[in-house]
Amino acid sequence: MQIWLDELRGDVSWLGNLPAGLVYTLGIVIACKIVLVYASLLAGETVWLERRISGRMQARIGPNRVGPQGLLQFLADGVKLLAKEDIIPATADRPVFILAPIIVFVGAFAAFAVIPFGDGIVAADMNLGLFVVLSLTSIEVVGIIMAGWASNSKWAVLGAMREVAQMISYEIPLGLSALGIVLLAGTMNLSDIARQQEGAIWNWYVFRGPFAFASFFVFFTAALAALKRAPFDLPEAESELVAGFHTEYTGFRFAVFFLAEYSAMILFSILTAVLFLGGWSPGFPVDLDSGIARWIGALILFIKTILLLSVMIWIRWSLPRFRIDRVMYLCYKVLLPISVVCVVGLAVQVLVAIEWLGLEHAVGGWLGGK
Amino acid sequence: MATTLDSLLALDFPGAALAGLFLATGDLVEYVPVLVMLIFAVLFAGANLGLSFVLGAKGKTNPVKEAAYECGMPPITDAHQRFSVKFYLVAILFVLFDIEVVFLYPWAVHFGEKALQTFLFVEMLIFIGILFLGWWYVIRKGAVNWAQE
Amino acid sequence: MTTVLFVVFGGSALASALLAVTRKNPVASAIWLVGMFFGLAGVYVVLEAYFVAAVQVLVYAGAIMVLFLFVIMLLDLRSKQLDLEASPRMPILGVCAAVLFVVVSGMALMDAHDAGIFPDAAERATLVLDGSPEAIGADLFGRWLLAFEVTSLLLLGGILGAVILTKRRLT
Repeated sequence: MQIWLDELRGDVSWLGNLPAGLVYTLGIVIACKIVLVYASLLAGETVWLERRISGRMQARIGPNRVGPQGLLQFLADGVKLLAKEDIIPATADRPVFILAPIIVFVGAFAAFAVIPFGDGIVAADMNLGLFVVLSLTSIEVVGIIMAGWASNSKWAVLGAMREVAQMISYEIPLGLSALGIVLLAGTMNLSDIARQQEGAIWNWYVFRGPFAFASFFVFFTAALAALKRAPFDLPEAESELVAGFHTEYTGFRFAVFFLAEYSAMILFSILTAVLFLGGWSPGFPVDLDSGIARWIGALILFIKTILLLSVMIWIRWSLPRFRIDRVMYLCYKVLLPISVVCVVGLAVQVLVAIEWLGLEHAVGGWLGGK
Repeated sequence: MATTLDSLLALDFPGAALAGLFLATGDLVEYVPVLVMLIFAVLFAGANLGLSFVLGAKGKTNPVKEAAYECGMPPITDAHQRFSVKFYLVAILFVLFDIEVVFLYPWAVHFGEKALQTFLFVEMLIFIGILFLGWWYVIRKGAVNWAQE
Repeated sequence: MTTVLFVVFGGSALASALLAVTRKNPVASAIWLVGMFFGLAGVYVVLEAYFVAAVQVLVYAGAIMVLFLFVIMLLDLRSKQLDLEASPRMPILGVCAAVLFVVVSGMALMDAHDAGIFPDAAERATLVLDGSPEAIGADLFGRWLLAFEVTSLLLLGGILGAVILTKRRLT
């Protein structure tokens, strides 16, 4: 961010004349605002995407009236939800009930500050990027448990307990499979991780050997479960728990939960693309790190994000729901051991590359070396 | 990061003291967007909820409408009931395994850059091995087996 | 400017901590505790201990907090019940404990100071502060290796204890 702003001050003369502090302040504030608006708009459009794809999969059309192809449907829905009556149950714990959706929203959106949308197109380009994303998204759980508890409805409490148990369980394989990529990359900086995958398609981390390949599937599965997407949507299984933890939420409070859910989907799609699928690399060597070209890179990353989102939606409308004991089984007896084996395997891979093959660092190629 | 230090000294516009918060030395400046984003997210959610409070329909309330949903029946008993200890066990296991993951991250970053790699690798194998024993015990005891009972 | 930030974050952490111990509703206390964790994370960032700050949010706000909330729910703690159980002497005992804590930790710090653990002004000027994960990794897996490996035993003990305590109830 800072480097980018310095660059901008060098290029644009009137900005260079302004005090640096003012440019930084405004730059950071404007960048954050843009990221927030972009993420929430994209979340709205993802809802549309989901409804259209699910419509097609069920031989329906889906929303197509508001705007071209129904693209503005989410705005109409938003306005509708704004105008709805806000009901708080009499038995609810009011302050906690009101605070809960805000905490969930913050947990889902704050992490976008460190997500790179393209080479250098990032609000906070920090060394701890990946770790900060994982830690900020973990706050969501607190909001969910608060929402369920404060609602004082049996469905909400049951849904919240199930959901929290599921989300926290799957955070462990999620963190471990991302760790494998940190091992290969030697950094937690998301932009650097993406840059290391530039060039040919086999530079993508998903293709760096069997362990990285397995890590990718563990990560994506654990992300689906942490996002409580089908087939892991039992915390809000409509047929048994009504709507899970947000049963008692109406109007825009519900919309805030909804937005948070879809923005978390986008977050994990971008994260998967950056960690495993080459970030903004199109899969062949091309120079995308300056000027207009970096926006082409951003477009490529955007397309990958949309594709991953579509896969998530496709999975949701194809697979039946898991049973809760199978969910726990999958996490602790399948994904957790696989992810630990992957971490050890990738460590061996890096070890062999550096110690025995004498490569500088385990980047590039099948085992390493660029 | 010398540029930040320079600009720290060049605070010469109205509101400079406030803007100074955004100007710290070192990597600190990269953490400011996270703080700004946190504040924006709270404001965005808060403002929209406020807007819905202003625009939203205001209906009359009655006890039935304000009751928590329970299959269309008047709710019986309180929803805050005691929960199975399984949930508690999952939470405590999560804390323990989460700390393990936290320890592994600095190791992973450190692993790629130093010469003592075999040593580091063995260190981590011992760490993971000891925790593997814990995992094995959890599985053998059926502590995460929710199908029982 | 870091001083201003330090005061802002430290102050909010202190205020949240005070609110957390004075609230009657256990869930409200828990929420203020989350606020305190964030204030503390801010303090760590200002001190350039970025990794510790992220860990603070991940482990305390994300994991330990869930455990606290689960316990509150599991035991079904209510403010009414707490009122009944709390004796009027509790605040006095609390203040006594706080004073004792300040005295003991102060004395420990004084001892540490006398032993020359803290760097003096001249040393501090040359000290390079590095809170990056690389630096933590280098220290943790070099100098503090034994402590690190013992931690894994501690975690193992935690896992075994949790399973033994809860499984006895289940079967």
